[in-house]
Amino acid sequence: MTAKKGDWVRIHSVLMEAGSRAPGIPDDTAKVPYELWDKGFLISAKAEIGDAVEIETITGRKIMGKLLETNPSYDHDFGEFIPEILIIDKQLKELMRGISQ
Amino acid sequence: MNNDYLKLMERKNEIMKQSVGIDYSQFESGSIAFDYEGMMEKVGYSLEEIRKIQNETGVGNTPIYELHNLTKLARSLTTEGKGARLFLKDEASNPSGSFKARRAATAVYHAKRLGFKGVIAATSGNYGAAVASQAAMRGLNCIIVQECYDSKGKGQPEIIEKARKCEAFGAEVVQLSVGPELFYTFLKLLEETGYFNASLYTPFGIAGVETLGFEISSQMKDLTGKNPDAVVVTNAGGGNLTGTARGLIKAGAECTEIIASSVNLKGLHMASDKDFNKKSFTTGHTGFGIPFTTIPDRSDVPRSAARPLRYMDRYVTVNQGEVFYMTEALAQLEGLERGPAGNISLAAAFAIAQEMDKNKTIVVQETEYTGAGKHIQPQLFFARNNGIEISLGDPENEIPGKSIILPSHPSLIKVKDLDLDNLRKSLIKNSLKGLNINEQNNISDTDIKYLTDETKSSPAIVKEFIKEIVSKRE
Repeated sequence: MTAKKGDWVRIHSVLMEAGSRAPGIPDDTAKVPYELWDKGFLISAKAEIGDAVEIETITGRKIMGKLLETNPSYDHDFGEFIPEILIIDKQLKELMRGISQ
Repeated sequence: MNNDYLKLMERKNEIMKQSVGIDYSQFESGSIAFDYEGMMEKVGYSLEEIRKIQNETGVGNTPIYELHNLTKLARSLTTEGKGARLFLKDEASNPSGSFKARRAATAVYHAKRLGFKGVIAATSGNYGAAVASQAAMRGLNCIIVQECYDSKGKGQPEIIEKARKCEAFGAEVVQLSVGPELFYTFLKLLEETGYFNASLYTPFGIAGVETLGFEISSQMKDLTGKNPDAVVVTNAGGGNLTGTARGLIKAGAECTEIIASSVNLKGLHMASDKDFNKKSFTTGHTGFGIPFTTIPDRSDVPRSAARPLRYMDRYVTVNQGEVFYMTEALAQLEGLERGPAGNISLAAAFAIAQEMDKNKTIVVQETEYTGAGKHIQPQLFFARNNGIEISLGDPENEIPGKSIILPSHPSLIKVKDLDLDNLRKSLIKNSLKGLNINEQNNISDTDIKYLTDETKSSPAIVKEFIKEIVSKRE
């Protein structure tokens, strides 16, 4: 997919490589890179996903990173249903019926 | 300028001074003590000023609801004559959906007054949305720095929702992977932009919460004719508790018991990449609550205005399953759908009300907004998806990072008391760190007085603890 100048995009960059992280952090964290994600308007004329690009963020900062996606969307939701919650609901209603009688 | 990690960290104090506009050294005594009240007075705002500032942007004056059905339920689970009346301060009705709007209101007002063009805050929680919302109202730029993803790029649904909300208010959201280097990125951004550090822990931020305590007192007097007997506060960084308690004291509610509550995440490391997504709560937990209570100055300013041990009368923990249960009960029995993280104090209050006499009152001091990602449903699904076992049973057996046990009956909801003396000892021990103290005689009266205030204890107790700490060292 090609992104063009002015497109709203999301970028990614590695700020610290695995093994050269801040001192004193847990081993599992030290073994992985320190990464950053940000969004902005593409400054480069044209770019493909994965290209190194420059963007201007919503506050006007110019930063570099690897192009991840254009028009990034939110995909968090309410997840799959947790049926245990219904057991709580039923019990609470029953208990309240018992109290008011 | 050299932006190498260690080089930048060396410039920390200078960057802080520029970005907060406070010279903290003026409050230092040169030894352990610093002038806390002096700091709050000199750089904070009076309660009257804050009420005015918050009124300008629609913050505060949130309603208090009496939880009639949950009170009935609590009374049915305890002995005759017990079961205090439960009240809830609905902080979700603030502009950004949580009490954090109070802290942000004063911080952003202050930034604007000092002529800063923008504000930056390091937070994965509701505070980001609060700063972004206030910055939008006052016409300032805003950058929020979040710890959001693990090394697999998997983000906590609750934090992703917070990022969305910040962007909805026009903020730039810088998202980072797990690690304490967040502070480095934060400093770098402050230096690069010259924006104001809207830290959660400045005197104006904490003073912003004082109105919450003040409102609780006056509303409870209207509703019940007296100050509340107890107020339960969710405790993480300590600012919520500190500000609320100071506001209650300023309102004359000196006899109200201040109870801190955190969700128990024992065993999970806060800077661990692997543990990051095993948590079902991103704040309000013991992983923040206990270290910030015993080392308040571990925050992002040289001297934190949040010093919860000065005000706490009791500190309890509840389990994740209990908080999720009470979140559901609040919706089902009281018709209030609110976010789980705001209901930690509700779970604690529900259990504590059962210990108290029927004629007493207990206030749950906050709620927060809810929605996609930030709700019992997606948070439990996320946990289940990460291999956390979810079941109904006795929450006492819950193991953070392995299981979430929803109580199979509301009578199983209990609080666990933390030993305040242990926390006091720990704070004193941390204060003495790096000092060459052989006997208690080396410590000045000013320092003893300071540590007494820091721990809400007595000079005799402080001296006894110092003696014990020093003897263990030798």
